[in-house]
Amino acid sequence: MALDSKIPQGPLADKWTKHKNDINLVNPANKRLIDVIVVGTGLAGGSAAATLAELGYNVKAFCFQDSPRRAHSIAAQGGINAAKNYQGDGDSTYRLFYDTVKGGDYRSRESNVYRLAEVSANIIDQCVAQGVPFARDYGGLLDNRSFGGVLVSRTFYAKGQTGQQLLLGAYSAMNRQIGRGKIKMYNRHEMLDVVKVDGKARGIITRNLITGEIERHSAHAVVLGTGGYGNVFYLSTNAMGSNVTAAWKAHKRGAYFANPCYTQIHPTCIPVSGDHQSKLTLMSESLRNDGRIWVPAKKEDAIAIREGRLKPTDLKEEDRDYYLERRYPAFGNLVPRDVASRAAKERCDAGFGVNKTGEAVYLDFASAIERYGKEQAYVQHLDANDKALVKKLGQEVVKTKYGNLFQMYNKIVDQDPYNTPMMIYPAVHYTMGGLWVDYNLQTTVEGLYAIGEANFSDHGANRLGASALMQGLADGYFVLPYTIGDYLSHDIRTGPISTDTPEFEEAEQNVRKQVDALINNEGSKPVDYFHKKLGKIMWNKCGMSRNATDLQSAIDEISALRDEFYKEVRVPGTQNEFNEELAKALRVADFLELGELFAKDALTRNESCGGHFREESVELDGPQKGEALRDDENFTFVSAWEYKGAPKDAVLHKEELNYENIEVKQRSYK
Amino acid sequence: MKLTLKIWRQKNAQAKGQMVTYPIDGIDGDMSFLEMMDVLNNKLISEGEEPVVFDHDCREGICGSCSMFINGEAHGPDRLVTTCQLHMRKFKDGETITIEPFRADGFPVIKDLMVDRSAFDRIQHAGGFISVNTSGNTQDANSIPIEKADADDAFAAATCIGCGACVASCKNASAMLFVSAKVSQFALLPQGQVEATDRVLNMVRQMDEEGFGNCTNTGACEVECPKGISLENIARMNREYLSASLKG
Repeated sequence: MALDSKIPQGPLADKWTKHKNDINLVNPANKRLIDVIVVGTGLAGGSAAATLAELGYNVKAFCFQDSPRRAHSIAAQGGINAAKNYQGDGDSTYRLFYDTVKGGDYRSRESNVYRLAEVSANIIDQCVAQGVPFARDYGGLLDNRSFGGVLVSRTFYAKGQTGQQLLLGAYSAMNRQIGRGKIKMYNRHEMLDVVKVDGKARGIITRNLITGEIERHSAHAVVLGTGGYGNVFYLSTNAMGSNVTAAWKAHKRGAYFANPCYTQIHPTCIPVSGDHQSKLTLMSESLRNDGRIWVPAKKEDAIAIREGRLKPTDLKEEDRDYYLERRYPAFGNLVPRDVASRAAKERCDAGFGVNKTGEAVYLDFASAIERYGKEQAYVQHLDANDKALVKKLGQEVVKTKYGNLFQMYNKIVDQDPYNTPMMIYPAVHYTMGGLWVDYNLQTTVEGLYAIGEANFSDHGANRLGASALMQGLADGYFVLPYTIGDYLSHDIRTGPISTDTPEFEEAEQNVRKQVDALINNEGSKPVDYFHKKLGKIMWNKCGMSRNATDLQSAIDEISALRDEFYKEVRVPGTQNEFNEELAKALRVADFLELGELFAKDALTRNESCGGHFREESVELDGPQKGEALRDDENFTFVSAWEYKGAPKDAVLHKEELNYENIEVKQRSYK
Repeated sequence: MKLTLKIWRQKNAQAKGQMVTYPIDGIDGDMSFLEMMDVLNNKLISEGEEPVVFDHDCREGICGSCSMFINGEAHGPDRLVTTCQLHMRKFKDGETITIEPFRADGFPVIKDLMVDRSAFDRIQHAGGFISVNTSGNTQDANSIPIEKADADDAFAAATCIGCGACVASCKNASAMLFVSAKVSQFALLPQGQVEATDRVLNMVRQMDEEGFGNCTNTGACEVECPKGISLENIARMNREYLSASLKG
């Protein structure tokens, strides 16, 4: 099947408006005859479910958590971008579009990104109307901060809990519709298959996690807002339950999977403390507004710090290497995430790491505390030369900005970041890849849509900070509810979809077979054993830096691990009860397939772009020496993989990317 | 560290539960409490026993899933943390740790340490929202200036994670702190004024229907709340409720 991205004709800035005017609408009376399934209740799924219900469709919403409010969007910290230009610093829709395409290293679709930038301002209006308590200045207006990879302040925030506040906003919009009976909510349900009837997605098969019951649910269309697949690395900043299963089952039913190798490794996470580690905790990128990143300039100092003989606060300014400020003077500590992560790895690999394992760098707030303290001393007419006073005043300012993050760090690491620099290291955070979708956010399966992190569309090879929340809400509130109407306008006379058909029967049996096989397997090893092993392969061979030899061996190792999993895994208990090991086994089985496709995609893409860094593709000389080298001539395309059984047999389809409104350049943050 | 764990085991909602003792060894102070539970569970699985069921997801203190009653306190001995943020360095080698589910009539046990908190969702369905449609065609965000102090207080109330520690800590199993956090968030904002009367009446009615007790101002909820939600919110909700009742 040839990929048709369905990008509307006409000038970039008019495409979305024109498209909305051109597509079919469904009249309110007919919407009542149409059912839509939404899987996932994060920012994308939650906002889509609420909006579709409000428009009049009958929505069935599903989440595996015990409440929609617990979807992992809740953990997003730093903020949400919007081209409001409230700061008057030259921001505009075009600039947000430009920054996002450039930040994505010229591997995203222009038309989608422009639409995202265009609707961004509405998101803020919408959320404020809903009562989302964004940070405000003393004049009572909304405050902004700056994020990596941009030169303006366009990020709206609610301390370090922006995701929580936005999700609770979407949750409240859902609650209003649940209360009116327009959304039927299914908590603690896991989607285990998509049902296709006559080539169209017409329902899903779920497992009730409490009773183990396998259920059939039908609808006229199915929307997946099921998030990313970062947990293929076992350790990531994702929640323990975050998984690829819904998207992977869709892939197996014909939805192409795009750019699986595009993963974002976030530079500022709390380092791994030991083998017991179950997940990693992010320290928001917003901290890079005020924190300076450094390692000791001399190796012997780094060794002394690792061995506990020297404290970071004892090191003189000239003995510190603020390596981001040194290498990237224009953007300094606010370079994009992929650049910051690789730079940290480079220093640690060279032997300058600062924790026991040698895999950590410092994020230091001392100069911000001093700067804010002095400002406060002037404002309050106090002595700006009193060092202790300045420090105290400065710490108070930092506390109001990042208090919850500092507290979180203190609880985990048992150190006080107000008085000693934080230790941070990169960790898997977000996946730009996902189900391939066209301009309407429809996958290659008719009637099956993917929104938010679950799709691939807007971030190219690297996502800028504070853009995930923007995309999730843009897709859910403002894009999908329009575009899906065009598709559903053909279904006004279809009537309810029966679940009593051979297609539903086949899909249900498919799920039952898999559940039975896992429960009855006579292995001896817990699911975690395999998940951890997969994670190690992914991190070591498909992580921040990749090469052909390692990728090929990753493919072989993952394939062998998958065989071992089906022979050796032990799932205790029965299927007719709450059984977390069974739920985990079902998810890990899919990660074991996705992981191999991931490595295959990374091997195919023999260029460095964004979060995908190939050691074979670097600048050899000139001012950019050692930086990532893109190959636009051969790789300006989206990789969309078609399922053909084993991951090794997946077939590559290419969507060529055309840049008509942006000049494609080497991405420089120097 | 070597520890003795006494854990509530209950097969399902109908079954009778009991405390079961498990010795455990090799626990590191840098482990989180839930990572300690992972060690126990993987040991149980390899010994052919069923692992202990508990709710957990984000493991960074924000999703509100984890809900253990540890040594008589919701989320254990540390302050301003959820169970997943509690670290083993807070315990001593050789200690006995008692682990129970959050107990309340409104939170029936599903299995072991996992309880059903859907009552909280139903209270939110009753009025925890502002009835604005999601078209995005509202006024510009900055056309509603809000005094910083009010915005900050609204935010502080809105940080509630809905874990239920307040209910589990209260001798009356009252959900007043949880409900008042949402009522306060909207009461402090101009956007929330239009529906203020119905909101507080409906949410309180639903709270009562779910079987949560009344507030007798012991303040236990505030002490155990992982997000530091203040008792002032309960006072504010009482004021809102009184004036709403008078309006009828």
